[in-house]
Amino acid sequence: MEILGSIFIDPFVDMVAAPDFLLQVLWEGLVSGVLYALIALGFVLIFRSSRIFNFAQGIMVVFAALTLVGLHAAGLPAWVAFIATLGVMFLLAVGIERVVLRPLVNQPDIILFMATIGITLFLVGGGEIIFGGENKVMISDELGIPDGSLEFNPWDGFLLIEARDVTVVFGAVVMVAALLAFLNYSRMGRAIRALGDDHQAALSVGISLTTIWVLVWFLAGIIALMTGIAWGSRAGVSFALEIIALKALPVLMLGGLESITGAIVGGIAIGLLEKLFEIYWGQPLLGGSTEAWFAYVLALVVLLFRPQGLFGEKIIERV
Amino acid sequence: MLDAGRTQETLLDVNNIEVIYDHVILVLKGVSLAVPKGGITALLGGNGAGKTTTLKAISNLLRSERGEVTKGTISYRGQDIREMDPAQMVKMGVIQVMEGRHCFEHLTVEENLMTGAYTRKDGRAEIEKDLELVYSYFPRLKERRRSQAGYTSGGEQQMTAIGRALMSRPETILLDEPSMGLAPQLVEEIFTIVKNLNENEGVSFLLAEQNTNVALRFAHYGYILESGRVVMDGPAAELRENPDVKEFYLGMSDEGRKSFRDVRSYRRRKRWLS
Repeated sequence: MEILGSIFIDPFVDMVAAPDFLLQVLWEGLVSGVLYALIALGFVLIFRSSRIFNFAQGIMVVFAALTLVGLHAAGLPAWVAFIATLGVMFLLAVGIERVVLRPLVNQPDIILFMATIGITLFLVGGGEIIFGGENKVMISDELGIPDGSLEFNPWDGFLLIEARDVTVVFGAVVMVAALLAFLNYSRMGRAIRALGDDHQAALSVGISLTTIWVLVWFLAGIIALMTGIAWGSRAGVSFALEIIALKALPVLMLGGLESITGAIVGGIAIGLLEKLFEIYWGQPLLGGSTEAWFAYVLALVVLLFRPQGLFGEKIIERV
Repeated sequence: MLDAGRTQETLLDVNNIEVIYDHVILVLKGVSLAVPKGGITALLGGNGAGKTTTLKAISNLLRSERGEVTKGTISYRGQDIREMDPAQMVKMGVIQVMEGRHCFEHLTVEENLMTGAYTRKDGRAEIEKDLELVYSYFPRLKERRRSQAGYTSGGEQQMTAIGRALMSRPETILLDEPSMGLAPQLVEEIFTIVKNLNENEGVSFLLAEQNTNVALRFAHYGYILESGRVVMDGPAAELRENPDVKEFYLGMSDEGRKSFRDVRSYRRRKRWLS
């Protein structure tokens, strides 16, 4: 009985007893959730338009962050380095389309998936040769990301919010809104969605696969750069960031591979749930460090009951 | 011997093409046909005769299905088009409406139509004007413009697919099996709209169709394909009266009902007779 109590009653008593602390936990969860959502968005964009599961999304985050820091270290002003990094991501998109995707067009999905693993290895090797393998510091001050923190006192308690995190969340919201507007209201965005629905029909109206592929890989590159800046300013820039990107996999399981809403909701949900679980259940009952596996177990449960994910596109089928 | 509505100018000229899928499967064994400007040309034949393959060879959608034109030439307005990609064909004014509609299911009807204008560079106002034109031919689409295409009826999807092609301002539409899975009344409606588009907008059509009866009533000229070869061609009015076409494709015979066993493919019988 004591066990049941500590699972089903004590955590909630704690939450109510210290609402300011609960709020702090939720905020931390939200910040990491937003970042998971961003990485997942990169996956979704590429998967929707080409049915490629892009294993390289994680390393693209690292590569973008390394390029930004490297260019700044080479003497470019921060914002020039930022623009130049966008240029590098564009060249990367063009290169991937030319060298990897175009020759493999019409091949089975698994071959394209393997090819993205190849891209991952290539970027890991290339990144280390060019920029070196040691940890670096993100140039967050130079980019104008505010430092310091805000303090609040809700319910006579104490809540500490880092100004950096506010910037991250705000930036992510703006970016997602811009992306959604682009996909829904522009000619190219419509073409990306059309391609996701029906390849053949998209070809038949004259939508060029190569243009769209370069575009989505470039968009994924921009997202990677943003994520890289955000994570980098919290945890430094190193190849370990790639591991964080793997968190996008359970997000995709939860949200569905094709759904942009799913990626956003799934990312935030996993960020929140894993923090809550860690603080209220993991630390008192399991000795902590549950964040490393919680998301994957959650994804497993989702897969058992709803394999297309919570927001996976319903296959519209008329009889 | 030309029907009304046909002019002498040939837009599309397919000359003795051979198509192989996957490097081994020979599907077309020498197909030749011509599509005149301002005409409706029908491509008739049963399942697997090669109608769709012929259309895809023209629109260059074959390559995305690992098909290849290995012999013969295809030219549009005298220009060789075998090496072009589908986007270039659309810009030249040749667009295909694929068999089975192929609408973008999760896009609304209006968004579907707008994707047809993807290759156009003549500005928003012109595109809006053509959207209204499409709606004037297909009033039902205007009612359903905000619905997801996947949830509209089969007839509405066929209309969306044709409307989408119209949005590219085509000179020639390759229309594959527009009657598939539709009620006879809707088939009439769709063919009537095709005829109107042909007469009022001057769009030329090459249409592949199994429904020989309807196709020959609306087309000006017809080709009959069997096992990857053209076995007969002629003005639609003549084909309608041809006794062999009547027997094998229209199911009419002077000798009353026949056992199915007696009905063999046209080509085999023709070989015996000639």
